[in-house]
This record gives sequence, structure tokens and C-alpha cells, in this order.
Amino acid sequence: MSAAWFVLARLARDRSALLGLILIALLVVAALLAPVLATHPDDVFELHPAERLRAPGAGHWLGTDRMGADVYSRLLFGARITILIGVIAVGASLLVGVPVGLVAGYYHGWLSDLLMRVSDVFLAVPQVVLAIAIAQTLGPSLPNVILALSATYWPWFARVVYAETRALQKEVFVESTAALGASPWRLTALHVLPNIASPIIVRASIGMGFTILTAAALGFLGLGPPPPTPEWGRTIAESREFLPDAWWYATAPGVAIFLTVMGFNLLGDGLRDVLDPRLRRSRTARDD
Amino acid sequence: MTELLSVRGLSVDFVTDGGVAQVLDGINLDVGPGEVVGLVGESGCGKTTLARAILGILPTGPARIRGGEVRFKGADLLREDPAVVNDRVRGRAITFIPQDPYTSFSPVFPVRTQIMDLMKWKSPRADDGGRTRSPFRRYARERYRADRDAVLEALRGVQIPEPTRALRRLPHEFSGGQRQRLMIAMALLPQPDLIIADEPTTSLDVTIQAQILRLLRALVKERGVSVLFTTHDLGTAHEICDRVVVMYAGQEMEAAPADVFFARAAHPYTRRLLASVPSPGGEIRDIPGDVPSLIGPPSGCRFHPRCDYATAECREGRPALRALAQEHGVRCYHPVGAPDGADA
Amino acid sequence: MRVTAAPLLEIVDLVRHFPVRNAFGRRTGWIRAVDGLSLAVWPGETLGLVGESGCGKSTLGKTVMGIYTPTAGDIRFAGREIGHLPARARRAIARDLQYVYQDPGASLDPRWKVVHSLHEPLKIHTRLARAEREQQVRAILAAVGLPDAHLDLYPHELSGGQQRRVALARILTLRPRMVILDEPTSGLDVSVQASVLKLFRNLQAAFALTYVFISHDLAVVRAMCARIAVMYLGTIVEVGETAAVFEKPRHPYTRSLLAAVPRIGGRRVTLDFVLEGEPPSPRDVPSGCRFRTRCPLVQDVCAVEEPRLREVEGGAVACHFA
Repeated sequence: MSAAWFVLARLARDRSALLGLILIALLVVAALLAPVLATHPDDVFELHPAERLRAPGAGHWLGTDRMGADVYSRLLFGARITILIGVIAVGASLLVGVPVGLVAGYYHGWLSDLLMRVSDVFLAVPQVVLAIAIAQTLGPSLPNVILALSATYWPWFARVVYAETRALQKEVFVESTAALGASPWRLTALHVLPNIASPIIVRASIGMGFTILTAAALGFLGLGPPPPTPEWGRTIAESREFLPDAWWYATAPGVAIFLTVMGFNLLGDGLRDVLDPRLRRSRTARDD
Repeated sequence: MTELLSVRGLSVDFVTDGGVAQVLDGINLDVGPGEVVGLVGESGCGKTTLARAILGILPTGPARIRGGEVRFKGADLLREDPAVVNDRVRGRAITFIPQDPYTSFSPVFPVRTQIMDLMKWKSPRADDGGRTRSPFRRYARERYRADRDAVLEALRGVQIPEPTRALRRLPHEFSGGQRQRLMIAMALLPQPDLIIADEPTTSLDVTIQAQILRLLRALVKERGVSVLFTTHDLGTAHEICDRVVVMYAGQEMEAAPADVFFARAAHPYTRRLLASVPSPGGEIRDIPGDVPSLIGPPSGCRFHPRCDYATAECREGRPALRALAQEHGVRCYHPVGAPDGADA
Repeated sequence: MRVTAAPLLEIVDLVRHFPVRNAFGRRTGWIRAVDGLSLAVWPGETLGLVGESGCGKSTLGKTVMGIYTPTAGDIRFAGREIGHLPARARRAIARDLQYVYQDPGASLDPRWKVVHSLHEPLKIHTRLARAEREQQVRAILAAVGLPDAHLDLYPHELSGGQQRRVALARILTLRPRMVILDEPTSGLDVSVQASVLKLFRNLQAAFALTYVFISHDLAVVRAMCARIAVMYLGTIVEVGETAAVFEKPRHPYTRSLLAAVPRIGGRRVTLDFVLEGEPPSPRDVPSGCRFRTRCPLVQDVCAVEEPRLREVEGGAVACHFA
């Protein structure tokens, strides 16, 4: 996996990408070590009405919410939800979108057209509206949010993979390996996929940011996991009636969302710069 | 004969990620008035860099001119006022025909716009200096008409059919050969003293190449224009050049009139090069070894690692120019056929 | 060179057209890249296929290889019709019939190490165990003159010449009977070209290969090929023993083509060169004889009737007046 270290090293040189990497790392650490890092780990479930709406201070670094729970601790546990939503939604989109894109890209004809039109249809559906529809029929919950997000995000992967597969088909090495007798399966799995991995990874990173932001919006609208789940978007919704006095209540999750999304976007941009030009640059370095 | 162009001791370095490449090493080159000089060499020999250095269009970032002079009509282009050189010399007294006809025109403007744009600044009727260098400068109507007539005349001269119609077309509507004819016309319109042609027929088919070479030679001889013609193809050099200069790895090795060059080349590299042209008999002779990297090139004569006749002195210092005969010079300690040189 | 009576490759009236579509996707015409071509290649020979750009020689090579399917006509390899085989059967032919690209380095997957690229053909076509494959790969690597150390490198870590050798090695692991070389020395310096040609010769001897040598460089073809076929706008206009064709070209196009090739040490050919104009586009092939728009011998019959390839002494020619 020396390639991974190489990428990491190159990434570290790009300051904004490095910032993105650090932010994501913080998110992951927060999520993994929430029980350890939280000052009031039980506040996810317990109520302390006596301590409601305390400003940030000694015991509660980011204040308390309307139930008296520690905002900071709930924030850390909320990171778990955030990551879960992001990873599963993007993961599911990937699992659907990449094969669709590969098939559409490889074949030329009605099948390809059909698949891309279907993905266009899904692209046209506004995520929030779909989420509302699903929530109305099936009830607001975490799985339903993930469903709504995956169903609307997979076309982005399909598109990228379709475009890259088509472009790759024109590459000499694909044609020559086909001339060598390689079957379409072999070509796709061993030659096409590894060469389009970079755009997929970049799209996945940016997709995480996008998905998390939308998930927060859905949570804000009440379509996400119900209380007492410490989802960030819902927390902001809860804080509305107490603004602007209890400013910490909305600010904390808001800043957390902001930093997370920005982190994924910066990382995605950095990856895009590192992954592809590296390949192009090394190839031209040997032109005589 | 006073030379039109005289390059002396030109050395150019390129700064790259891998180190400093010594692309040109003390090049000497002469082009006389009305003479077609061929600059022959394989890839990496520096012929394109030399052409660009003379024109003053080296990439400003990585390229460093380490030393030497480029004397054109007596004045050193490297040390003259750049604004004057840009206005009077580049594109006017010295014009350029690039290698790839497919990328030398802007694809979005008709040919007329591009040629008249050139004429606005570089026509023989344009005034010198030009206090206002603004693109909004007016193009006087009478001059425009005179220039346009000159353009039509030039297009007829390069055998473009229906010149008036042709001017209105976009570049992609012309074939590669026709585009090179347009480039030749554009190179001749400013009435230059010297044209630098960088491998202009390399990407053309052999029958089209024959047409273009014949045309170019006829036109320049008619007008007494000198040409510095770079190429890696010895056959092309044979067709069009009065004199041939051979370059290898940034050093010029031999210079001779064309007939002498092809019949009695003396430098070991030149001889090997001529021998590697496929012969009808089917024998194929290659040159052992590889072209050296210009980052840390061989010392002295850069061909010595691959040369059959190399001795210690070849490693130590670069040989000076040795005149073997009238106009036939070679930079070698052991030129083949010379009295104290190597055996033929 | 005709040891056996049967040709290894036989192309009969091959046609490959490409549709031209306008912005709405409607077909507005055809590019007649290969337009009724017949040719035979005998085992062990090196047949040169020459022509200028647009004559269809690359399309011919790719159609024979199965990269394009023929619009019409037959391709017979070792007696078996291969132009219309189902995909799987066609892929099996790759064992015996292979193709070298003009830019061989580009034919290697940039993300695969050389060793994997070399093992791949054997994995596709054989059931050899790893150890046996390794033996083959090392043998081939030695045959093309590359050290074992190169196995662990990526293509971009090799020079252009080394990439070429790797690409050749990859093809040779299958021990094909015939290799189509598509402009193998185009754009190369003359000394590098000489090395490459030598390599091809050595490999031909070592592996008993039959070559179809596609090139626009007549000097190279003359040195390498015993027989030569001249293409113009999708068909063969002349075919014959190389020495004979060069000495006494029969077709007016062949004559012009040879007249355009510079002769070092001889008279300047451009002084006498007379062929004017450019070849017509493959979209607009002239009626009758395709060369009539530029031919010095043109008569009325040339516009009406297309000359067929006629057997003459030592070869064949497609002209009413040859």
C-alpha cells in the first residue's frame, strides 16, 4: 500500500487538503472516542431539567440544552450519527451507481441510453421532497433518511463512472488488451475500474460532505431520527425557540456541521489534485 | 561574405525537476544571405531550442541563457532592447513556420482575421516603433487594402485555390498541407530576411511534403530570403538545403555544403547517422548506445561514449572547429578521411 | 517465400465503412475507409502495406484484428473465416494473430506493473501454472533484450524504447503466427528506427513470425519487406515483389509516390515532382478509378469503370492502362 502513503504525503503538502484531512480526523476521533471524551456521557438519554439552558462554563464547556443535557457530550455522540449516515448513504450510492455507470459506459445502445435516462430521472428528484414523502409514508427515522439520500445521490456516481468509462474506452491500452483477447468482464474489472478509482474516490469524498449537509437539513425538518438521538440537525431545530439567548445551543452543532462539510470538500479537492495529475505527470516525464 | 545570422558560443540551460539540463553547449552557427541552411539532428539534440533562442521565444520560466551571442545583421539580439527586437525583428525580419499545422491557427477565427491581424503589426507598410501598441489602434483603410491585396497575392503564390473565398474560411476547413502553405504565405508577407522553419513537413504525407518543399525552395530563392530549416529527416534536408549542420545532444558536430555533406561527411556521428537510413539492400545499421541525458551530459565531445574512434582527449575537452575544406567544418579530433584523422 | 500453397491470411473484397452523422445523429454519408480490398499474405513473409494518410491502412489492420467488424467481405486466417465470428471465438484467434500499435507504450495499462502485463495474455489464453508462466515471461523478456529487473517497474518508469519492447514481449508470450505492425517506426529518429527494425528482424527469425508491415515510409518498407502492396483511398492499387515495384512501378499513383521519396546522394526529387493536389476525402470517393482526379494518364473510361486488380507478371495492378 505504498501508493496510499505516497498519496498521503502529497496531500500533506497541500495546505487546504491538509486542513480537510485534520477536520475529518477530528470527526472520526470524536465519533470513536465519544464515550471517553464526553464529560457527561449519559446525557444522551438522561434529563436534568434543573440545569437547562446554562451558558458555557466550567462544568459544561458548550452549555446545556433545553433538557439540561450537556451540549458538548451530545455533540460528540452526534458525530457518530453523522458519520454513520454519511458512510452508509454514500456507500449505498456507490454500490448502485458504479455498476450502473460501468454498464452504461461499456455498452453503446439502448441499454446505455436507458440507464442514463433513469439516472437523470433520479437526479431530478429533490432530495428533501423525497425524504418528506418517505417520512410521511414510513415514519421519520435514521434508515429512512439514509434511504432518501442514497436514492437521490447514486446518479452522481453513475455519471462520473459513465463519462470516465467512455473516455477510457478510447485509450489505446484498453483497445489493445481487448485485442489480446481479454473478455469484457476482465477488461472492466481489472483495467477500467482501477483506472477510474480516482474520480470515484474524489466523488465519494465530496459526496460525504454533501450528504451530511442534506442529512442535517432533513434532521432539522424533523424527518430524521427521533429524539433523544443527538443528531446535529435536529438539535438546531430544537434550539430555535430559545434563540438568540441560548446562542450556544444552535452554534455548536452548526459549527460542527460546517467544519465537517468543509473538511470533506477540502479533502475531496485535494484528492482530485493529487490522484490524477500524478499519473499524467509521471507519464510525460519520460517523453524524449 | 558577411553572415546574415551569426550565433557564437550560445549556451542554454533548462531548469527541470530532475536537475539542470544543459540543452545547448556553445553552439556556433552561420546563415548567409539567400541561403537555406538545414539544422539536422535527432530528438533531444537541441535544434528546436536553438531555433527558439534565435527568435527569443524560449519559455521564460525554465530556460536560462548561460552565454553567447546571436548576431543578426550585426546586432546581438540577446542584448538589444527587447521592445525593439519584438517590434522590428520577431515576426518581421525573422519569421517562423511551426511544425504542427494542426495547432498553429486559432480554431475560432477565420483565416482572414488571423492573417490581417499579423499584417496590422508586421506588414512592410506598417510604421516602425509605433508609439501606441494598443490593440485598439486604428488600421488605416488604404493600408488595410494594400495589405489585403498583398495577402491575396501571397495566397496565389502558395497555390491556394480561390484566395478570396479561402480567406473567409476557418482553419479546420483546410488540410494539413494547405495549412502549411498558409503558414508559408504568412512567413513571407512581412518580407523577412530570414525564415526559421521548425520541421514544417514532418507531419505531412510524402507526396504533399514534396509539393511543399518544392514550393518553399522556389519562393525563397525567388526573393533571396534565407531559411534555417530544422529537421530530423536527412532526406528532407537533401531536398531543400544548400548547407547542412548536424547537431547531437546540444553540440553542433559538422557543417558542410549539402553535396559535400552527403558524399563526404567526416564526423563519426554524421557518418553513423547517414548509414542508419534504411538502405534498399536491406542492411540495417544502428548506433549502439543511447542518447545521453542532458542533465550531467558526457564531458568534452558528447558523442564520445558511442564513438568508435574516441580517445582520452575526446573526453577532456570539446574539439574546436576544424576546417577540412572550403566551407566544410567539423568539430572532432578524429574526423574520418582527414590526414591525421580516423580511417574511413 | 511460398513454401506452402495456402496463404496464412486471405482478405477477399473487404469493406469497412463508417457512418457520418450530423448533429442530430442522422446519417449523412459514409466514410469508405476500406472499400473492396483483396490481399493474400503467405506464411513467413513480411508484406509491406504502404499508403498515405486517409488510405485506410490502419482501418484495414484493425478490421483484420477484429477491433472493427467488416461491413462486407471475408477475412480468412489459416483457412478459417474470422470476420464474422462470435465474440468468444474471435477472442481465441488472438493467440495466433496479433497487432502492434504505433505507440506501443500506450498499449500498456499504466497502473499495472510490467510483470502483470506480461502474465496477462497467458492468463487469458492458457491454463498454465504460475511457475510455468514465469518461465515463459522470463524467456520472452530475454528475447526482446530487457533485464529481469524491469518486471517490477511501471510503464512510466521506462523509456519509450523499453516500453516498446515490453509491448512486443506481451504479444509474443502467446507465440502468435502473424503480427500486424501498424506504423511501427513512425516519428522515430533514424538511428532509433534502425534499432527497432533490427529487433523486428531478430524476433521474426526467433519466433517464425509472419509480418504485415503497415507504413507510410517507403525507405523502411523497401528495406524490410519482400513484397509490397500499395493502398489508395481504401483499395489496393498495386502489389508485387518489392524490388520489382520500386524499379518499375506500374500504377501511376505508385510512380508518383516513389517519385516523391527523397534520394540521398541523388538528384533532388522535388525538381521533377509533378503530382498536384491532395487525395480526395474517403467521404467523397470519385466514381470509377479513385485516382483519376490526380492521374496524369486519365481518360474518359476512368470516370466510368473502376479498374479491378489484374494479375500481371510478378504481381497485380488496378489500372486500365498499366
